[in-house]
Amino acid sequence: MSPSLQPSLPTSTLLDNRHHVETPEGIDLLLRPAGVIPRALAFTLDLLIRGALLLVLGLLLSLLGNLGSGLLLIVLFLVNWWYMVLFEVLNQGRSPGKQMLGLRVVHDDGTPISWGASLLRNLLRFVDMLPFAYCLGLISSLAHPAFKRLGDIAAGTLVVYREQAEPRPNLPDAEPERPPMRLDLQEQRAILAFAERAGSLSQARREELAGLLAEPLQVLPEQAEARLNGIARGLLGAS
Amino acid sequence: MKQQQFEQQWQDDWAQFEQRLVQLERRKTEDQGQNSYCAEYRRLCQHLALAQERGYSSHLIERLQQLAQRGHQQLYRQRSQLGGQLLAFLFSGLPQTIRQQWRSIAVASLLFYGSLIGMGVLVYLFPELVYSVVDPEQVEQMESMYDPEARRLGHFSERNSGDDWQMFGFYIMNNIGIAFQTFASGLLFGLGSLFFLFFNGLMIGAVAGHLSEIGYGSTFWSFVIGHGAFELTAITFAGAAGLQLGWALLAPGRHSRSEALRLAAAEAVKLVAGVILFLLIAAFIEAYWSSMTYTSAQVKLVVGAALWLLVASYCIFAGRQHAPD
Repeated sequence: MSPSLQPSLPTSTLLDNRHHVETPEGIDLLLRPAGVIPRALAFTLDLLIRGALLLVLGLLLSLLGNLGSGLLLIVLFLVNWWYMVLFEVLNQGRSPGKQMLGLRVVHDDGTPISWGASLLRNLLRFVDMLPFAYCLGLISSLAHPAFKRLGDIAAGTLVVYREQAEPRPNLPDAEPERPPMRLDLQEQRAILAFAERAGSLSQARREELAGLLAEPLQVLPEQAEARLNGIARGLLGAS
Repeated sequence: MKQQQFEQQWQDDWAQFEQRLVQLERRKTEDQGQNSYCAEYRRLCQHLALAQERGYSSHLIERLQQLAQRGHQQLYRQRSQLGGQLLAFLFSGLPQTIRQQWRSIAVASLLFYGSLIGMGVLVYLFPELVYSVVDPEQVEQMESMYDPEARRLGHFSERNSGDDWQMFGFYIMNNIGIAFQTFASGLLFGLGSLFFLFFNGLMIGAVAGHLSEIGYGSTFWSFVIGHGAFELTAITFAGAAGLQLGWALLAPGRHSRSEALRLAAAEAVKLVAGVILFLLIAAFIEAYWSSMTYTSAQVKLVVGAALWLLVASYCIFAGRQHAPD
């Protein structure tokens, strides 16, 4: 039997808080739920924006006398209860604060949020804020695996990070070679990932990681890194 | 197939799809070419599956994953005709929901009208009881508001059209806010909704009893009967929706508590939409009709009774012809 890379790879399930959603096309969507801190920051930003909006409108409408103060009350109502709902449904699940922090709201199944769900999660915010300063919401978010506050649980919604494209990593230069043994999928992915991440690892760390595989690759520890890069190039194919 | 070849072969398709996504995300393109979008999306999903199956590198998989995710968002995005949906909801969805959920509405109504009528009768018989729930200052304010001598009724007696607007805004802000609280606090095992229903019943009952007792009854009742049809009904609906949340938590049945809550909330939110609608109508009537003193009290009572009948028949009869059976 050929030597295997298996011992160096974790066989137990990895620590992973991504939310898997299988679509009818048979692929898994990976949603990354956002934690308490970015969501609190987004909420604070939204609060500031709303405050500024009300201040400006308040000054303008105060010129109109009683008609103005009536309109201001309606504006206050809209801003207070509908700001989040309108933005979430009409702007791809993003209020301005969420947009700035790269967050968006989706249903549990990854589909864009609907009027009903958005209304629910934002009305129930009232309960999340009880008894003061978002206490219930905070406890609920910290205890829930997907960081849901009570409103999110009831509405079946999820606040996730927006997907952001990464720049293409440069594979280190190496002569393409064949792997010395049959690689299974995980091992193949691991070697490719090692080569793709080379730019973000320090020299010492790269040597240390590659050194773990020196024995199954049947090379000296110093040559292991170059060997792995070569195998990665080989897996990728000639360009 | 090696990864490089695969990428070279499909590079252009992916770039094209991404461009299309950018356009869709900015809502530039109309729904033309819907079919080709679906086909492109499915092909991308297939490429993602292939890339995963063949163990291609993380960067490629990540990229395809993100494209698929964005494609998914656009495929399922809300492209409703809001106007049409609203009309359908108004003429069949809402009354059907009301009839479906009559149990919780009955409980909420019993609590609300029970405390209202009970307190009203008590205050009428023992006038000093009003001070046990309402501040003396507020009582005085109420008395001046419904003084039969005033030209206009409501919160300010002397008003012009600007004031009407002001009161319209005030009623929307205040009443819908209270209704939203009544609903949302139902999440606390229904206790919040119970409290708000009971408490609002007590307050309204006490004021009604007191004003009737001191002889302002005709101005008070003719003022409130019109918008009351919508406003009081809306409060019971909000309470009922809140009680459903609480009930789902207390007795989740064959679901987990969070799942039961989710299912109950999806139903309850329809009632809440009805609440918003009713309260908008109520605020309109209250600001522009109830406060007028040009019409006699009799006319207002008759119109008010007609409005109550309208609300009742809407809840009972509307949307029957659309029902499946």
